[in-house]
Amino acid sequence: MRVDDMSGLVGNTPLVGIHSFSPNPNVRIWAKLEGQNPTGSVKDRIALKMITDAEEQGLLKPDSILLEPTSGNTGISLAFLARRKGYRLICVMPETASAERTQMIKLFGGEVVYSPGIEGSNGAINKAKQMVAENPGYVMLYQYGNEANPGSHYETTGPEILKDLPEVTHFIAGLGTGGTLTGVGRFFRDNKPEVRIIAAEPEQGDLVYGLRSLEDGFVPPVLDQSVLHSKIKVNSDKSVAYTQALVKQEGVFAGISCGATVYLAQRMAEKVESGDIVCLFADGGWKYLSTDIWGIDSQIAAKRVEYMPW
Amino acid sequence: MSVTVNIPAVLRPAVGGSKSLEADPGQLRDLLGNLGEQYPALKQQVFGEDGGLHKFVNLYVNDEDVRYLEGLDTKVGDGDTVAILPAVAGGAL
Repeated sequence: MRVDDMSGLVGNTPLVGIHSFSPNPNVRIWAKLEGQNPTGSVKDRIALKMITDAEEQGLLKPDSILLEPTSGNTGISLAFLARRKGYRLICVMPETASAERTQMIKLFGGEVVYSPGIEGSNGAINKAKQMVAENPGYVMLYQYGNEANPGSHYETTGPEILKDLPEVTHFIAGLGTGGTLTGVGRFFRDNKPEVRIIAAEPEQGDLVYGLRSLEDGFVPPVLDQSVLHSKIKVNSDKSVAYTQALVKQEGVFAGISCGATVYLAQRMAEKVESGDIVCLFADGGWKYLSTDIWGIDSQIAAKRVEYMPW
Repeated sequence: MSVTVNIPAVLRPAVGGSKSLEADPGQLRDLLGNLGEQYPALKQQVFGEDGGLHKFVNLYVNDEDVRYLEGLDTKVGDGDTVAILPAVAGGAL
């Protein structure tokens, strides 16, 4: 393989069988390893398209300052791409995000501003919006509302899956911005509409839901709910237990949200006669090493990451 | 046996501080309607003026978002768990 620069390595990730998780001999379960992207997460895809589109629209100049609310992965991807192009980047991130995220954003030249941990990603979004209102010079690409986010998955992730696994029946991904599910969901709606699109929604610590009022709630503007067939919440206990099992059973060192998708794949495999289920593994385990969740009891580990975005 | 209804922190003041309530099985609409009679403030917040679900409220039966089941017509059986959660941003973004 030969590419002109690092951005040429974004996407084209491998699809790997993790069939030992299937309770049904007629169902195969596959993991799309987004951790194989240059900075180790699926977010390289959206960062690349958000920046490219913004450049084409004339929104970015060599000295532009990007500002982005992120729980880390998007910030790392943006930092990786922005510095080579001469843009500054400020990431607004919940203070509970794992230490590796701050380290990686900074090593790629990004800056980090923290938002209160118990407010979760909602808090980061609100703080970033406030900072942009106070300093209109910032350019906020805003992954939650940027059509380039689902667009990147429509153009790359969806076609990659169909090419590698034409017999795909189900697609499962974690629900964050909704960009992956929306983009891949629209791709299959246009190209293989019988594929079921299932959202694994991370159930967060109780305090994250402690809004002052329901009016402070948030549904990401890029999420197109019409492409989803099912949305199931998964708590950190189950996600961590399956993330641990992935290493033991299949040698897959994955991020915590990956465990949630495998749990749902197993649940789905029990209900259907046959099929090929694709789980999108948003990141690898590297950025969670400091949490040391692998060698301990899964329930203790789950408590440890309850307020950490995963 | 009955149905357990989990109440999020933001709605607990509306139900006297309880983290969860017990309800009778049936259609989700009736189940919540009955609770709403007991706790009018809960009903007022969960439902909009048109009687539909508040846009920032998610309802789950056994972890499945009912918007992708039969909505308020979803059947809730003995031993099932209903969860009410506000819609918030999440995930490793």
